[in-house]
Amino acid sequence: MESNEQPLDALRDIKALMERSSRFISLSGLAGVFSGIFALVGAAAAYWRVNIAPWAVRSDDTPFGTGRIVHIDTDVASFLAIDAILVLLASIAVSYIFTKRKARRKQQPLWGAYSRHMLMNLSVPLVTGGLFCLILFYHGLIGLIAPATLVFYGLALMNAGRFSLEEISYLGLSEVILGLICMAFLGYGLIFWALGFGLLHIIYGILMYVRHDR
Amino acid sequence: MKGIIHQLDKAFESRIRLGIMSVLTVNEWVEFNELKQLLDVTDGNLASHIAALEKKGFLEVRKRFVGKKPNTSFRISQAGRKAFEHHIAALENLLRQQG
Repeated sequence: MESNEQPLDALRDIKALMERSSRFISLSGLAGVFSGIFALVGAAAAYWRVNIAPWAVRSDDTPFGTGRIVHIDTDVASFLAIDAILVLLASIAVSYIFTKRKARRKQQPLWGAYSRHMLMNLSVPLVTGGLFCLILFYHGLIGLIAPATLVFYGLALMNAGRFSLEEISYLGLSEVILGLICMAFLGYGLIFWALGFGLLHIIYGILMYVRHDR
Repeated sequence: MKGIIHQLDKAFESRIRLGIMSVLTVNEWVEFNELKQLLDVTDGNLASHIAALEKKGFLEVRKRFVGKKPNTSFRISQAGRKAFEHHIAALENLLRQQG
C-alpha cells in the first residue's frame, strides 16, 4: 500500500485486529476464590439438610441418589433450590464487584467487545446445560444433574476462555473431566459438586490472582 | 481536507505499525511471536517496525528469559495510546469527509 491506504480499509483492519487479538483480561481471581467459598458453604448446607431430612423415597441409599426419584420431600427440594440460587447470586455479585474493580485498574471497559464475546461464548453452552438439567429434573433423573452441570459448565468455560485469561480454559477442562468422573460414580454428586464449584474455583482463582491480579 | 490529512500520524502510516498498535491497545503484554502470528509478518520486518515505535516512545519493551529462551513482550505506553486514538479519530474524520 502503504501510505495512501484508504481510511475505511485502515479502520476495518484496526477493528478486525483488535477483536481477533482481544481477550477480556479483567477477570478477577479473587472472584473465583470467593465463588468457591460460597459453593463450599452451600454444599455443606445441602449436605446437612439432606442428612437430617432425606429424600422421602429413594431408589438407592447413596447420599444423592442415582436413578429415578419417585417423590421428593417438598421442604428439602425448596431448601436445595434456595441454597443453590443464593450461592449463584452471591457468586455473580462478588464476581461483578471484583471484576469491575480490576477493569478500572486495567483501563479496560467492563462492557466491551472482549467481555461481550466472552459472555456470549459462555452463555450459549451454559443456558443449554441449564435447560438440559431442568429436563433431567422433569424426568426425575436427579442423579444425572450434578455431572451434567459440571460438564456443561466446563464446556462453557472452555468456550469463553478463548476470549479471556488462559486459566479459564484450563478450569473448564478440569470441570469437564471432573463431570465425566462424576458420571461414572453416580450417587456422589454433592461431593463432586463441592470439588468442581468449590475447590477448583478456589485453586484457579488463587492461580489467576497470583499471575494477573497483583 | 488537507488539514485532516495532516492530523494523521506519520508513525502509523504503515499497515504493520497500525496493526501493532491495534493489538497492543486491547491487550496487556503481548509477546513478539504472538504479534508475529497475528500480523503475519517476518521477524525482521516486525522488529524494524517495533523499533520505530519504541523510538517514538509509543510502546514499552519487556525482555526476560523463559527457561533458556529469551522472551520479549510489548505494551502500549500512555503516549502511544493517545497518539493512536488521535490517529483513529483523524481517520474517521477523513472518512466522514469522503462519505
